Parts: sequence; structure tokens; C-alpha cells
Amino acid sequence: MRLELRGITKRFGPLTANDHIDLTVEPGQIHCLLGENGAGKSTLMNVVFGLLHPDEGEILVDGVPQRFANSGEAVRKGIGMVHQHFMLVPVFSVAENVVLGFEPTRSLGRLDRARAREEIRRTSQEFNLEVDPDAIVENLPVGLQQRVEILKALNHDAELLILDEPTAVLTPQEIDALMAIMRSLAASGKSILFISHKLKEVRAVSDVVTVIRQGRVIDQVPPTTDEATLASLMVGRDVTLTVAKDAAAPGEPVLRLEDVVVRDDRGLVAVDHVSLSVHAGEILALAGVQGNGQTELVEAVAGMRDVESGRITLGGRDITNATPRHVLDGGLGHIPEDRQRYGLVMSMTLADNLVLNTPRRAPFAARGTRNLGAVRANAEDLVGRFDIRTTSVESPLSALSGGNQQKVIVARELSRPLEVLVAAQPTRGLDVGSIEYVHRQIVEQRNEGLAVLIVSSELDEVMALGDRIAVMHAGQITGVVDPSTSREQIGLLMAGAVGAADA
Amino acid sequence: MPEGRRRWWHHLTTQRPWLVTLYALVLGFVVGALVIITTTASVLDAWRAIFSSWSALGHAIKLTFDVVGAAYRTMFTGAVVNPRVFWHAVTTGQGWTYALTPMSETLTYAAPLIIASVGVGIAFQTGIFNIGANGQAILGGVAGAYAGSLIHLPTFLHLPLTLLAGILGGVAVGLIPGLLKAYTGAHEVIVTLMLNYVVAALLIFTLLSTALQQPGQQNDISRTIDPSAQLAPLFGAASGLRVNWGLAVAALVVVFAWWFLERSSLGFDFRVTGANPQAARASGINARAVIILVFVISGGLAGLAGIVQMAGTTHYLDGGFLIGNAGIGFTAITVALLGRNRPGGIVWSSLLFAGLGVGGRAMQAATGIPLDLATVIQSAVVLFVATPVLVQEIFRLRHTEAGEVRLATSGWGS
Repeated sequence: MRLELRGITKRFGPLTANDHIDLTVEPGQIHCLLGENGAGKSTLMNVVFGLLHPDEGEILVDGVPQRFANSGEAVRKGIGMVHQHFMLVPVFSVAENVVLGFEPTRSLGRLDRARAREEIRRTSQEFNLEVDPDAIVENLPVGLQQRVEILKALNHDAELLILDEPTAVLTPQEIDALMAIMRSLAASGKSILFISHKLKEVRAVSDVVTVIRQGRVIDQVPPTTDEATLASLMVGRDVTLTVAKDAAAPGEPVLRLEDVVVRDDRGLVAVDHVSLSVHAGEILALAGVQGNGQTELVEAVAGMRDVESGRITLGGRDITNATPRHVLDGGLGHIPEDRQRYGLVMSMTLADNLVLNTPRRAPFAARGTRNLGAVRANAEDLVGRFDIRTTSVESPLSALSGGNQQKVIVARELSRPLEVLVAAQPTRGLDVGSIEYVHRQIVEQRNEGLAVLIVSSELDEVMALGDRIAVMHAGQITGVVDPSTSREQIGLLMAGAVGAADA
Repeated sequence: MPEGRRRWWHHLTTQRPWLVTLYALVLGFVVGALVIITTTASVLDAWRAIFSSWSALGHAIKLTFDVVGAAYRTMFTGAVVNPRVFWHAVTTGQGWTYALTPMSETLTYAAPLIIASVGVGIAFQTGIFNIGANGQAILGGVAGAYAGSLIHLPTFLHLPLTLLAGILGGVAVGLIPGLLKAYTGAHEVIVTLMLNYVVAALLIFTLLSTALQQPGQQNDISRTIDPSAQLAPLFGAASGLRVNWGLAVAALVVVFAWWFLERSSLGFDFRVTGANPQAARASGINARAVIILVFVISGGLAGLAGIVQMAGTTHYLDGGFLIGNAGIGFTAITVALLGRNRPGGIVWSSLLFAGLGVGGRAMQAATGIPLDLATVIQSAVVLFVATPVLVQEIFRLRHTEAGEVRLATSGWGS
């Protein structure tokens, strides 16, 4: 399919999310849309998929102008979309999910499972997408779930596939597999619109890269363009991609976990006898695919989840099963994984959010009464020091962009005396410019002697920041390695190959 | 349009929270007018007449406006002021009591409503749905009746003691759902709702008990509390105006609530908990303590509302105390929502609800339209406030940059 966008413009009130965007995806082409968060990629894709209506401009499919009233019409015209968050029913089988909404039926509307299964087998063979049609979706690993999403789109006869940040949740091996699938789909004539802000992947798989920034097409470049150029096109200025840091000078261990066992919400063992120590002046990066116990481990350290057995100490003091207040006052800085849920109060002001952990500490309050002047002064100071972009410190936090929200947490945690910083996915969802900033802050703190534990599922981040890398799989530490270890070996450890890289 | 007028127009068509409330009020009165029209026989007859002769149309329209106008006019003069009577008082210096009675009545009813609504509003801001304010208020009244009638002390001790007893009565009922939620996770809506029935039964029981029942009575009527335990009329008994020192108590409560929510550390904890319970926990706020304290404060204020109601107006309890239409604890829930759970907003919405009730009675006396119309208008206003999207659509309000007007409260799931 040949998809052509001409002068697509979409405004939300005073904000122009897409500003006269021209884009052409040729049949059999993998076309990458590269841009920071908030550049307008998702808006554009929602326009193409019929979820939003453009204010100006037109969409042409194989030369014919189209107006999609809803996503159903887009699907009928051969456009399929794989969302970043999967749209699957977890308790249904693969076959049921794939035919959902277009079910083959027998008389009296009974579901024709045999035919559904057959259809899927045919599609998956045709495109080399192996999935068991009878498997229950929730039992499948994330990579396979994504494959089900792709199958679903193909089963609706999609000729153009939109993949929205498809690699965010995958292991390195799964990413490789996805890229192979993308290539084979393109080879069979399907067009692919691939949305990403990860430069490595973009260069590895695309035929053409269109860079958008602030809603406008900045340039269209070949995938051979080097990373630094792509990054500066995307951000609008030069960015350093590697973190400049000297060798660590580790001191005494500050945060220690000894044989810690933690259960998840369903009561299953999520952290399985883990022992770790983080030393002053070093960054320990905890790598692993999401959902292997890292979240539970961090929550246990932060006092938000019960420790079943084992011991956690902070600067020699036992903080096993201490309350969050106790742990925070004891000098633990916590940048939570889900910042909007655990780290911020979106409806409150920026100034209030900056004292969320220390509302009672002098000078922010005295004798039960808050000192709003001091709260405000603190906010003015931190906004300046941490370059938080806002119109006012009294703005509600929801008015800030994702990157600036993360800066609020970083500023809040780093502006109080700490012994250890635990940062979970500190740059998730951030653009290149903000990532660079957050990384620099973390390295600076480590240089000043702070013990830092980084939890990340981004291998690039783990390798760039970590002085040591601990890899977690299925609740256990499968290895603690040096950052010079190859990506492949770390990838194997992430997949659970214990001792694959004893370094 | 000239520049000045255009600015006004822009002002009135751009969405703002207070504007949505204002338009909801207008719509509430429109709904009330429709109810009057469709339930008044003479108006319906006049409209039916146009089927035989179009010339009757003018009469039908005129009669409709006359009837609705008379209803709303008597409602206003009964709740706020009758300009004619007021002017008479100003010019002759006579009849001030008569001229000020409507306002005095509205304020008398508003005072306990403000107190109870502030309590409910504080709980809402913390994400807690205290549906049990009525039961808490009733036990406040009962406890106050004990302290006011069975103990005899000079006023400067007796009145504070009576009010304190009322507060503690409310706290006692509030602590039950508070402790249950904090330690077992029991849902406060269910527990508080059910407790209302328990307390209502307890009221009748105590009123028939030898301790509290008016001696020589067989009915469910309590002893009258000592004059030293009563909230005296603000302008003296000779003024003939019922408005009493309960209004001053309400004013203190409003000031306290403003300070508590906007300035106090504990209030900050409450608001963080209400806005994002997970973040509250992660930032070290003790959720259990907050839940219990919310019920202490909210229940205590409801109890205070109950005792202010009793010590300010009737001075005794009967079986109808805060039951049915008089259930200020239930009205407080809607009043708090209408006031967006903020002390300042609650003052206005309490005055509105009290005024509608007082004016409704005057309307019923003057026009025969049932008092229940006031309830219809109250409910319609709250419905429109609760669905800002509907009001936006009806008045075609433009969106502001700040985005949607939020619902005053969001579900009672968690």
C-alpha cells in the first residue's frame, strides 16, 4: 500500500500538535517516524488510524483521498495498528483474540473456533509468525503477545502496519526477532510505519527515516545517517549520547540486601533470595526485562512492600519492613518507576510536589502550620537549579511535560541529604535531551559519593551508567558483571542463562 | 460588538468552574419552572384553551409567567428580604423584626448545614466518602442533650461542655467506620450508610429512656436543655429573630477548615491522600492515621452540627430530629459537592440550600405550590453541577487552556 499524507495539521486549542506534515510510505517500505516525546508522533498516527480527524490536509491511500470517520474504517482500508499498550484480552486464547470483532461464525452465531484456528495458522505460516493459536494470551511472554497483535492486524488484511514504540517492552533478543518479522513483512509487500525514539533500532531496521520535531517534519534522511546527527535533528541541538564519567571510587557499602525474599501482589515469590550491596560512590545498575522482580525489590527497599525474609540495611541501620517515612528520613532517595502514580500528585502545584516527601521539615512548616513562603522559595530555587520548564511554581503539575515532571522528582530527591538513591526506570518515556540531563545529575551525585542503585530495562542505559551491572531474571540475580561485558552476554543473563557470563 | 461587551461575552462563554455552577443554578430553576407549569391545573387549562382558539395563546403565556413568577418571587421574599417590607422598616423605623425574619431564618438553617458540610467536604478532599454525617449529627445532638439537661453549670462552662459533648458524640459514631476501614479495609460508604439507621434507632431508644425523656411524657421527646447550655439568639431574645450564636460557631468552623486545608501540615497530608493515595504512601504519609483522623474531624464536625441545630433552635430532641427532610447530614453531602468541597464554596451552597428550604415554605404558604419544589430545584442543581459536560453543551461553553472542568468527586471505588 502507498500511504500519502499531505499537509496534515491537527490543533488542540492553542497547541498545534501536527503542523502541515507531508509523508509518503511506499509499498514494501519500512518508514520510521523519529521524534521526541511530545513531538506529535502519536497524534499523527491517531490521525492516520482514524482516531482523530485532521483540521487540515488529506490522507491518500494508493492515490485515493480518504476520510476515516473512525478506526474501523481505517482497518477496512487496510491500515493496522499495534499499540504500545497491547489491546488484547488476557484470558482469551490467541485465536480468540485475533478474530475478536471479526469472528467467523456458524449457524445461530456460534463461534467457529476451528475456522478461526485455521485462519491463524495460515496467516502465521504466510508471514512466518509462529504462535500457538490455543495458548492463553496472559501466559505468553510479552514478545509473543506483541506477535499476536501483529497477527491480529494481518488477519484483518492490513497492508500498512503502524507500530507504535514496539520495542519498549522487549528483551534484546525479542527486539531482534521483531526486526526480522518487520523485514519479512516488508519483503512480502506490506508497508510499515515504525514509530520510535531509539536511534539504534531506527538505524538497524528502517528504509527511510522522517524526523519530526514540535509537530513539523524536520528532515527525511537515510538510515545510514549517524546517531549523533539523528539525535541532533530530533532534539534540535547537539546532544552527547554517552555519559562522560570517570572510573568509580567505591567506598563502604551503604545499601545492603541479604537473602531478601519478597512476594508480589498475587502472593508469588517475586524476589527470590537476593543479596546485593551498593557502595558509596558507585552506580549499581540492575538490568532485566520488566516483570522479573525489580519493581518488587525496589518497593521492598522503599518500605512499600513487606519483606518476607532476609535483611535490608541502610548505612548500617536495619530498615527491613520499616515504614516509607522511616526509610525516606533515613536518607533514601527514591525515584519511582511509575512516577505519576507513586511520585507525584498531578492535581497539586509544582511547589507542593517539590516538598511531597518533606512537608514537615524546617523551614517548610513549623508547629503544624505550613510556611508557604518557604515552600515557594524552595520551588523557585529548584526550578532554576534543575531547569524545570514551567510558567509558574504554582502551576498544577499536570500542566508540565513528562520530562519536566521527571525533573521535579529528580530535583526533589537530590535536593535533600541522601545516603543512597534508588532510581527505577529514571528515563522511561523521556526524550534524548531529558535523558542526557537526568544521567548527568545521577553521575554527578555518584561522583560526590552517593550510592546509587539504578533499575532499568533499557540496556543502553544500564551499560552507560552502571559501574557494575547486576542482571535479574525470575526474581534472582543471574550475574553481576562489568559494564565492558558484551550486550549479547547481558542479554543471555536477562533471559535467565545463569552463569553465562561469569566475569 | 463593542470591545467591552465582547469581553463580557467571552467571559460568560468560556468555561470556568464557578460559571458552570452559576449556569447549573439557572438550569435548576428552569427545571423547577417546568415542574410548576406541568403540575398547576390553571396553567394547564390555559394552554389547553389554545386548541380551541389561538387568541388564548397570549393569556396562556402570561398566566405561565405569572404563576412561575409568583412562586419564585415569594420564594425570594421568604428567604432573603421583601423589598417593600424592608423599605417600610427603613422609612418608618417600625417592623424591623418582620423585615429581617427571612434572612434570620435562612441563616439559622444555614449554620448547622455549613458545619456538617465542611466536615463532609474535608473527608471528600481526603478521598473519603462520609455518608454517615447524619448519624454522627444525631448522636451529637443526643450527647449534647445529656450534657445540656442532666448537668447544671454556669453558661461559660455549660455551653462549651455541651458543644464538646456534641462533638464527641459525632466522633464516637465516626470512629466506627474509621477504625474499621483503617484496620480491616471495610468500605466506609457501606458502614457509614448502615450506621445511620442504627443511630436513628438509638435516638428513639434514648428519647424513651428514663434518663433523657421529658418527665411526665409518654412521647419520644427529650428534656429541654438548660438555658445555660443554649445558643442564645444573636440579637437577644427580645429581637424576635431566631438567628443564634450557632452562626458564630459556623464562622469559626469555616475559618478553621480553611486554615486546616490550606495551611496546616496535617491538611496537606489529607489532600495528598485524597489526590493520590499511592503517592501519599510512597512519600511516607501514614494512611491508617489519616483515615482515622479524617473520621475524627469529619464526625466531630457533624456532631457539632447536630448540637448546634438542637441548642440553637429547638432546645430539645424529638423523634423527628434530623430525620427525613430535616436530615442535614444527608443534605451536607450535596452541599459539599456543590461547594466543590472548599470551605468558601460550602458557605455559598449552604446559604442557597437553606434559602431554598426557608423560601420554599413561604412559597407554599403564599401560592399553595408544595414545598417539595425546593427539593426538586436543589436536586436538579446538584445534578447539573455533577455533570459539567452537560452544562457545557447546553450553554456551548468554550474550553479554557486549563482543560476540562473536573468532576467534583470521582467515584467511590477506592
